[in-house]
Amino acid sequence: MRLITELNIADPDGIYERLIALHDGCSDEESMRINARLVLLLINHIGDPEAIGEALACAAGDDS
Amino acid sequence: MNETAMHDWRTNIPVWRQMEASPLPEAAPHEHAKIVIVGTGPVGLAQAIELGQRGHDVVVLGRFDFVPAGSKAICFSKRSLEILDRLGVGGNAVERGVIWNIGKVFWGAEADPVYQFDMLPVKHQKMPGFINIQQYHLEDLLLERAGELPNIDIRWGHDVVLVEPAGDTVRLDVSTATGQYQVETDWLIACDGSKSTVRDMLGLDFDGRVFEDNFLIADIKMKGERQSERWFWFDPPFNSGQSALLHKQPDDVWRLDFQLGWNIDREACIRPENVDPLVRAMLGDDIDYQPEWYSVYTFQCRRMTRFVHDRVIFAGDSAHLVSPFGARGCNGGLADIDNLGWKLDLVLQGKADVSLLESYNDEAIVTADENILNSTRSTEFITPKSRISTIFRDSVLELANRFPFARGFVNSGRLSTAVCYRESVLSTPDIDDWKAQGVPPGAPAIDTPYGSGWLLEQLGGEFTLLVHGKPEFELAGAKLLDIAEIADNDLLIARYGLTRSAAYLFRPDQYVAARWKSPTRAMMEKSLLRAKGAAMSCA
Repeated sequence: MRLITELNIADPDGIYERLIALHDGCSDEESMRINARLVLLLINHIGDPEAIGEALACAAGDDS
Repeated sequence: MNETAMHDWRTNIPVWRQMEASPLPEAAPHEHAKIVIVGTGPVGLAQAIELGQRGHDVVVLGRFDFVPAGSKAICFSKRSLEILDRLGVGGNAVERGVIWNIGKVFWGAEADPVYQFDMLPVKHQKMPGFINIQQYHLEDLLLERAGELPNIDIRWGHDVVLVEPAGDTVRLDVSTATGQYQVETDWLIACDGSKSTVRDMLGLDFDGRVFEDNFLIADIKMKGERQSERWFWFDPPFNSGQSALLHKQPDDVWRLDFQLGWNIDREACIRPENVDPLVRAMLGDDIDYQPEWYSVYTFQCRRMTRFVHDRVIFAGDSAHLVSPFGARGCNGGLADIDNLGWKLDLVLQGKADVSLLESYNDEAIVTADENILNSTRSTEFITPKSRISTIFRDSVLELANRFPFARGFVNSGRLSTAVCYRESVLSTPDIDDWKAQGVPPGAPAIDTPYGSGWLLEQLGGEFTLLVHGKPEFELAGAKLLDIAEIADNDLLIARYGLTRSAAYLFRPDQYVAARWKSPTRAMMEKSLLRAKGAAMSCA
């Protein structure tokens, strides 16, 4: 597996707080758009098609 | 409810132990005191013992003439136990309490935890990760210890009705059942809780936020074997859409905590007939239990802008309030008194400038802010405030089943551990490369076996130089501990990176002030001065 599934960031609580704050005051529609943009940005940053493919499968729940 | 519980007729507060109301002091109506502590809770009593042990005369004023019962603090961290040990009650607290190190987090109807944590990841320490003990049991132990110190004068039923700063002293009017008197004190330490009358009378701020949620505490008495672990549920079938918590206390008492939401009938929620279905749904229909104490609470996160106001110093809930997730309330208060005690002692002895107390203000605020930050984040995770926040939370829980990384995001309360003072002006920054080993300046000592005892027992409550191989000189004002003199020091060397000729300087509260791989006398002397606030009085 190329996808890192162990904890890979130093401060998960801090990152999580910022992630939730990103959606402060947003409608569901706006939140979905924010999430879509975020996913696209992160996918591009990761770059590795194999890791991205594994992440897609895990997110869909058909990894096992 | 527990029919045997007595209630104080004036306040309707349940009484654990009735104390005898203290008479007027001999010096009344005008008395002078060196140190007055307001508040007979665990923070006030611990502060009194801390200063009493250091040889100071302390007057403790308690509004009530009883120790209250009811549901209050129950979880005490390893760091608090280490502090209590120095005050002479750590061993008794552990013996009286229920030890736990493991926390489990459940989600929905799933029988297996999605996540579990160990509060004592570093083994071979004297104290466990946590104990649970009813606050009144701890207060009993503290009162017993305070009673052994002749210089602690605890006055029950002595209510402060006026606080008036007057230059280098503070004037107090104290009301008792047998009349009023006035105390002029050099130092006033307000440990009088979240509704601090001292804070109110001085008109000081206490800003923060209120969380719109209610929680039911059901303390029940139940026999039977269950593990002493912290069990937390997100969205369990027995409290759908909400959270729940189960904790063991001494005397077969269990704390059940149910999130209720905001718009509820608080009176109805604590009626035994309404609590019973929740209790049985959590623990099983067949259990046999008696109610001990039911109450509904809401919570707030607040803190004062400053804790030191000339001769009036705030510690504990009077200075800061947190949500209960993470057991950061009373543990935070004990951190305060630990930090303040030795500093006030040095100032009173004339061994440090009064500006050293400013470092209490700074460091206790670092602790309070870390506690507020963590408990606020836990609250947001436990009770998401929006639909998207709920979706993220549930996705974390779902992923946590399958992927280790997501367990790091599961936040059911980040439990209280000692806070590091990373930026403390009392610390000397490292000059050597420690390769991420050992304990950095501003961090508390990690306990380690030391000979037949423990390192923290050896450090005690004074400045200590921990060395590996005796230096050719003595550092005046610091006790010397040489690990070369004890057999089996491998773990000490490993935990502290204490290679030969390396040294650590510990503050009296067992925090690292400085460390060196190969120090000179001048370096040590400079760091000791700095730890006593030299950099502050020059600033």
